[in-house]
Amino acid sequence: MNKKQKQTLIRIIVSAAILITAHFIPVSGVPRLILYMIPYLIIGYDVLKKAFKGIINRQPMDESLLMCIATAGAIILGIFKDLSGETGDYVEAVAVMLFYQIGEWFQSVAVGKSRRNITELMDIRPDYANIETESGLEKVDPDEVEIGTLIYVQPGEKIPIDGIIESGSGSLDTAALTGESLPREVTEGNEVISGCINLTSPLKIRTTREFCDSTVSKILDLVENASSRKSRSENFITKFARVYTPAVVYSAIALALIPPLVRMLFMGLDPMWGSFLYRALSFLVISCPCALVVSIPLSFFAGIGGASHAGILIKGSNYLETLSEVDTVVFDKTGTLTKGTFEVDDIHHCPIDEKLLIEMAALAETASTHPISASLRKACDNELDRSRVSEIKELAGRGVTALVDGSKIAAGNTKLMSELNIDYTECPDDVGTIVHVSIDGTYAGHIVISDTLKPGSAEAIQRLKSCGIRRTVMLTGDEKKIAEKVAAELHVDEFHAGLLPSDKVDCVDRLIGEQAGKGKLAFVGDGINDAPVLSRADIGIAMGAMGSDAAIEAADVVLMDDDPLKIPEAIHIAKKCLRIVKENIVFAIGIKLICLLLSAFGIAGMWIAVFADVGVMVICVLNAVRALFTGSSK
Amino acid sequence: MKKSYKIDVDCANCAAKMEEATKKTDGVKDAVVNFMMLKMNVEFDDGADPKEVMPRVLANCKKVEDDCEIFL
Repeated sequence: MNKKQKQTLIRIIVSAAILITAHFIPVSGVPRLILYMIPYLIIGYDVLKKAFKGIINRQPMDESLLMCIATAGAIILGIFKDLSGETGDYVEAVAVMLFYQIGEWFQSVAVGKSRRNITELMDIRPDYANIETESGLEKVDPDEVEIGTLIYVQPGEKIPIDGIIESGSGSLDTAALTGESLPREVTEGNEVISGCINLTSPLKIRTTREFCDSTVSKILDLVENASSRKSRSENFITKFARVYTPAVVYSAIALALIPPLVRMLFMGLDPMWGSFLYRALSFLVISCPCALVVSIPLSFFAGIGGASHAGILIKGSNYLETLSEVDTVVFDKTGTLTKGTFEVDDIHHCPIDEKLLIEMAALAETASTHPISASLRKACDNELDRSRVSEIKELAGRGVTALVDGSKIAAGNTKLMSELNIDYTECPDDVGTIVHVSIDGTYAGHIVISDTLKPGSAEAIQRLKSCGIRRTVMLTGDEKKIAEKVAAELHVDEFHAGLLPSDKVDCVDRLIGEQAGKGKLAFVGDGINDAPVLSRADIGIAMGAMGSDAAIEAADVVLMDDDPLKIPEAIHIAKKCLRIVKENIVFAIGIKLICLLLSAFGIAGMWIAVFADVGVMVICVLNAVRALFTGSSK
Repeated sequence: MKKSYKIDVDCANCAAKMEEATKKTDGVKDAVVNFMMLKMNVEFDDGADPKEVMPRVLANCKKVEDDCEIFL
C-alpha cells in the first residue's frame, strides 16, 4: 500500500465510524444534517474537488461528477423530506460515497498488487555486472559494460550480458527465460545468454553484446510494450465506454423528467418528482464503466505475464486474442518438429563390425564440413586420428574416396558406387540420407542418416487436436518420402514436401484462403529462413529463440526454448485469458443492465446501484488476475 | 524520436484520457500510455524538442485528469 492508499483507508474507517455513531445520536433538523455532513465531507472531499475541476476544465463526463450529483441529489431529497416534516435519509448519500471510495481503494490496491506480481514474474533484469579492476572485483551498471569486457558471474548471480564463457563451467538455471526447470550445462567456449542464473561455480564471461542488445533487455522491452498493442476486445471496451456513460446520463435525465410529466399531464396522478429523481440518481451511480475499463486490460496483462513466465513471449494483446482463435496450425518440419540435426539412424547390409564401418566412413569424410560427415563423426565413439587418412578426394555431389589404414574407402551415394563399378544394394525404405560404403572395392553396406523427431512432437500434435485445432499441416523442403514418414509418425493431417522457402509463403497463402469462418492460421517455425512465412501467417510462432534476433523480430509469439509442447500450452493460455475477458464483459454489462432496469422501476435503490458499480468491479478484477495462473501441466 | 516516461495514474480510464490528451498536444506524433507498466511512450514530431513539448503534455494531462503525474 502506498501513502495515498493508506490515507484513503484511514478516511474510510474514520467516516464509517462517524456514520455509525451519528445513527445513535438523537438530534434532528439542521444539527442532524450537519452531523451527517461531517463523514460525507471526510470521505468525499476529493471527489467533490475533482468534479469541480472537471467542470472548470470542461471534462464534465467523469465519474466523480456523477457521484457528486447522485449523492448531493440524495442529500437534497433528504432536506426536502425534513422540511415537509418527515425524517430525511442522509445515511444513504454518505454510504454511497463511502462504498464508492472503498471500491476505488480496493481497485487501486488490487491493480497495484497484480502489477507487482506480474512484474516480479518478469523480473529478469540484472542489476549489476562484476568486472575486474585494479582494486579487485567491482559491481558496475550493466549499461556501462563494453563489448569484449570480461565479466565475472558468481554462483547465485544472474548473467547480466550475453557472452561466451572464457573459463569455468557449471550449470545454469534458465527457468526465468524458458520456463524449463532442468538446468543447462555449460562449459568453456559456450555461448551464454543474459538472464540465466549461474547455479554452481564462478564463470568468467567475455561479453559479445552491449546490455541494451542483450537477450534480457530485448525480452523485457518486448513484454513491457506488449500491452500497448491493443486487442479488439480492448478497443471495443474503449468505444463502449465512450457511448455507455453519456447514454446512461441522458437516460437518467429522461427518467427524472418524463415519467413524472406523463403522470401529471396525461394520467392525472401525483407526479412523484422525488421518487423518480431518486431513481435517476441511482442510474448515475451505475453509469461508471470502470469494471470493464479496468479488468479487460488487466486480464490481458496478466495473461501475457503468465505466458512469459512459462517461456512464451506474446508480443501484444492482439496476438493473444488471435492465438485463442487459431484452428489451423502449420509447422515447418526441420528444427520445429524435428531436431534439425542429422544423426546416424541405422546401418544395413554390413558384413563387418558396424562400429568399424562408421569409423571408416567418418575417417574418409574427416576433412568435410558437410552436416552428414559431422553426424558420422558424432556417431563414432573413438577419437579420430587424422594421420590414418590420406589421399582424400571429394567428389562433389557424389561423396569421397580416401585411403584409410591402407584400405581404399569410398563413401557416398549410389552415383559414386556405380562410377566405381561396385555392386550396391538399394535401401528399400530410405527416408534419410544414405551413405554407401565400400572397402577396397567391395560393398560394405550403407549407413542411414536422418533427422530425428523431437521427443515432444507427437504429443504436441495430439494435444493441439484435443484443444480444438481442426487442421495440422507440415511444410518441408525435404523429399516427399521423408515427409510422408514423419507425417505418419506424428499424425499430422496433411503435408507439403519439396518446398523452397518462397513456396512456403505461397502454400501458407493458399491455406489461409481455404480457412473457413473466422478461424486463424498459425505458422510455427524456427525463425531461420522462414521470416516471410512467419509474418504472412495470421500469427507467427518462432521457437528456440534464445539469442536469435531474427526470430524475435519476425514472430508474433516467441517460444524461448524449442520444446514443441509449448505450442499447445500457448494456445491454452490464450484461450483461458480470452475466456476470462469474455466472462468479465458479459458479467459486468449484464449486471449493470439488470441493475439499471431494477432502479428504473424503483425496485433497486442506491445501495444496489453501488454494488453494481463497485462490487462488479471487484469481482471482475479478481477474475482478471486468474489469467496470471497459466495452469501449465508442470 | 521516441521517448519513454514513467507515469503515475490511478485508473485505466484516466490513463486512456491521458493518452488522448497527449496525442492532441502539438509536437507529439503519437503516444501510447501503458497503464499496467505505468509507462508512457511518446513519439515526437521531427524537429520537436521533448524538453519543450513534455511540460505542455503534462499540462494537458492535468487538465483531463487532475490526479496524474509524468516523471520528466
